[in-house]
Amino acid sequence: MAVRIRSPLRWVPLALLLAATAVLSGCLGMGEGPQTTIVPFSDHAQRIQDLYVLVFWMAAGVFVVVEAALVYATLRYRRRPDDVLPPQVHGNTRLEVAWTIAPAVVLFVIAIPTIQAIFAAATPPGSDGLEIVVTGHQWWWELEYPDAQVVTANEVHIPVGRPISFTLKSADVIHSFWVPRLGGKMDVVPGHTNHLYLTAYQAGTYLGQCVEFCGLQHANMKLRLIAHTPEEFDAWVQSQQAPPSQAAGKAQEGAQVFARSACVGCHTVAGTPAQGKIGPNLTHVGSRTSLAGAVLDNTPENLARWLRDPQEVKPGNQMPNLHLSDVDIEALVAYLESLK
Amino acid sequence: MATTVPPETGALGRVYPVLWSWLTTVDHKRIGILYGTTAFVFFLVGGIEALLIRLQLAVPDGKVVAPDTFNALFTMHALTMIFLVVMPLAAAFFNYVVPLLIGARDVAFPRLNALSYWIFLAGALLLNASWVAGTPADVGWFAYAPLTERPYANTHSADFYVLGLQVLGVASLAAAFNFMVTIVNLRAPGMSLLRMPIFVWTTLITSFLIIFAFPVFTIAVTLLLFDRFFGTSFYVVARGADPVLWQHLFWIFGHPEVYILILPPMGIVSEVLPTFARKPLFGYPFVVFASAAIAFLGYGVWAHHMFAVGLGPVANSVFAATTMLIAVPTGVKVFNWIGTLIGGSIRMATALYFAVGFISMFIIGGLSGVMHAVPPVDWQQTDTYFVVAHIHYVLFAGAVLGLFAGIYYWFPKFSGRLLDERLGKLHFWLTFVGLNVTFFPMHFLGVEGMPRRIYTYPAGMGWELWNLVATIGAFVIALSVLVFLANAFTSLRYGQRASADPWDGRTLEWATSSPPPPYNFARMPHIEARDVLWHWKRERARRARETKAGEHTRIAGGAVDELDLATLRGERIHLPRPSIFPFIVALGIVLAATGFITSYVISAIGVAYLLAGLYGWAFEPAG
Repeated sequence: MAVRIRSPLRWVPLALLLAATAVLSGCLGMGEGPQTTIVPFSDHAQRIQDLYVLVFWMAAGVFVVVEAALVYATLRYRRRPDDVLPPQVHGNTRLEVAWTIAPAVVLFVIAIPTIQAIFAAATPPGSDGLEIVVTGHQWWWELEYPDAQVVTANEVHIPVGRPISFTLKSADVIHSFWVPRLGGKMDVVPGHTNHLYLTAYQAGTYLGQCVEFCGLQHANMKLRLIAHTPEEFDAWVQSQQAPPSQAAGKAQEGAQVFARSACVGCHTVAGTPAQGKIGPNLTHVGSRTSLAGAVLDNTPENLARWLRDPQEVKPGNQMPNLHLSDVDIEALVAYLESLK
Repeated sequence: MATTVPPETGALGRVYPVLWSWLTTVDHKRIGILYGTTAFVFFLVGGIEALLIRLQLAVPDGKVVAPDTFNALFTMHALTMIFLVVMPLAAAFFNYVVPLLIGARDVAFPRLNALSYWIFLAGALLLNASWVAGTPADVGWFAYAPLTERPYANTHSADFYVLGLQVLGVASLAAAFNFMVTIVNLRAPGMSLLRMPIFVWTTLITSFLIIFAFPVFTIAVTLLLFDRFFGTSFYVVARGADPVLWQHLFWIFGHPEVYILILPPMGIVSEVLPTFARKPLFGYPFVVFASAAIAFLGYGVWAHHMFAVGLGPVANSVFAATTMLIAVPTGVKVFNWIGTLIGGSIRMATALYFAVGFISMFIIGGLSGVMHAVPPVDWQQTDTYFVVAHIHYVLFAGAVLGLFAGIYYWFPKFSGRLLDERLGKLHFWLTFVGLNVTFFPMHFLGVEGMPRRIYTYPAGMGWELWNLVATIGAFVIALSVLVFLANAFTSLRYGQRASADPWDGRTLEWATSSPPPPYNFARMPHIEARDVLWHWKRERARRARETKAGEHTRIAGGAVDELDLATLRGERIHLPRPSIFPFIVALGIVLAATGFITSYVISAIGVAYLLAGLYGWAFEPAG
């Protein structure tokens, strides 16, 4: 039947078209970002993506049908000048039973693969799994490889193709461990030990960050996950197991500054008297790509900026301003960058 | 008893009679107006907080506010919008409309009703005093332990959270008991449960929800208060506590709270649609049972807020199933609303725009809700902007649009004037466009991995464009609120005068004048049908046609004979007496709470006020 559209409702179809275009262009731009959730690079992420695609299209279908019915009903049954009392329909039991059952059926279809995926994700790897203990701190990540006896911070190195078993612990409040391209998050709860299992498909660097509000610097509690080929990974483990190279020249001065200042109270450098446990282990800090909870790239300039005033970079973090002289900072930068 | 009892005025009452009359009022309509205006002021406060959040996030590395201020802004924005805006706006409608809808002269306990309002106001001011004290609550509205424990929260910010919400909870509980008793006991003769307007049903169901949900929160917060002030260790991990306990208690309250927020607007929409479609609500019993089912199932889904906590596959599967189940009655409601519109003769008034807008947007929030009912999908989406989008489609595009539908619908009843329809439509379209420009891109941000509650983000994450778009949208919403304010203020003064029944209403509130007299109805109506006013008007029209008696043929736009004010002359109507004691008791409660962060001397004074107020209350003649 002819629907006569009067102003201003004649704009509704145009507005819907515009909105659909905007939504579509938005959707097409998805999957590009370094923390996108819809481009999986692990079995864990793939499992989620398969469900997401199923649920997304079901929701999209329901959305189109129901919104179309609503818009049609509203526009089609607008009051006409020749207004007469419409038939006083009170309901239709058959119809209502039908539209109670229909969504239940749709949801049943979603529930089956959902429960399968939940149990699949909770299945630990066999004996070939690599355990990595992740400890959340306000506001950085401590990483320990129990078998290799390696301790590092904020950068997780894993081999591709081998199941990883993350053991998640917290040193203070609740955090949440998340590398979106490799799959869903898992909370890091003090007093609990949580587990997250995944096998990465492809070598590369993946970004992640804490996703449970954990206080002032929650926004700056990030991490990088570097997936290596198995050979590269073995080489990385060996480099981390080796003692740090002997400091020389400028770095030698820096080592002395490090040893006589407050640094040693909080940080560990293996093979030296510095055995503090409050801040990140710095044994191989020079080999890392980032600083300060993966917030800054690891460059001499950024390291100097951090040492000059950590509170300026990340207000509220546990490292105080040590009021180091420029000379000391220069020496410390040389020393720390030498800890490969 | 006369119809208006002059209150026993003290010195204050003689000097400021208007102020005194508001401080002592027990009239449900005036209390409704107090709730409504207070909530609207906080709507502006919460809106300004939202704009500051959006300004900070408009571009990468934003420098508009400091990190601690940002954390306070998102905490206070949530607390304000949930506890100081949506709940009290719903309470404003409960107060003003429910007694009218059921043909009562007031609520069951008028002084308790006044007490609810004054405690609510006191709690709201206490919570916001945290800004003035320089330690605004900044632990998130969910306040996960152990972040709220010492040594992680050493300022008064968490104390303000604990005390403010504790006080607000008392107000909600008192109001819920009051409305439950009112609806059960004070319905006009003949109004059986299945003749009650849907809004009365959703008020009743919401009252049940509050009564079963808030005590859990009260206990959770009391334990936290003990931890913080008296050194207990209910949530202190170092002394063996399990912080997940807080999460369970919080969400056993927190999820029903979502339905406490959304059911009243659903009830409003269920009133607005049939009136403007000139057709009864499609499948009334289905809508009633769906509302009750949502409330009942709402207690069995709390752990879907905790899918990433590590509760294990069995718990996750069970809560996924119950959460999906709750989509069924929710879907039923949407289909019944559409069924109401189909075949109707729809008057395109602003109230109807907001009601249809509510449905169209609530569908989006409902569907994204089904997405994160699937735990693995939720593991990607939870604590990202995808969930921020979801809750705003439910609570802004849902609850707030529904409440605006109610404002446009009932404004003539409580002001005696109509809101301007042209400004109203402008308000609607600005809101509608603004909310979609603000909140839809947040889905994209979530999919691209942007976490919630971060005060800063670097460039290069793919988040720049949609954050900027969302910020622009937020200012469109702000503009729409200004249009509404202009409309409300000009219409209050110059608006077209409203008849008793400007919309050809179906329910009893349209059978009395606009605004109604203090006693609401001169005579007790007798309810023979659902949509009883339509029933009366159509019966009269039918009789008029049969008798061809011309003088009774006016159908719409006038008070109905049976309840006509003219018949009142000389009658004695029993009305409750005004009382200052609710105000004094509320003052005592807030002083007692404030003492925890200032000095226990103040607490002692507060307790003295409280006891004196209760004593006076107990021996005051009730009416």
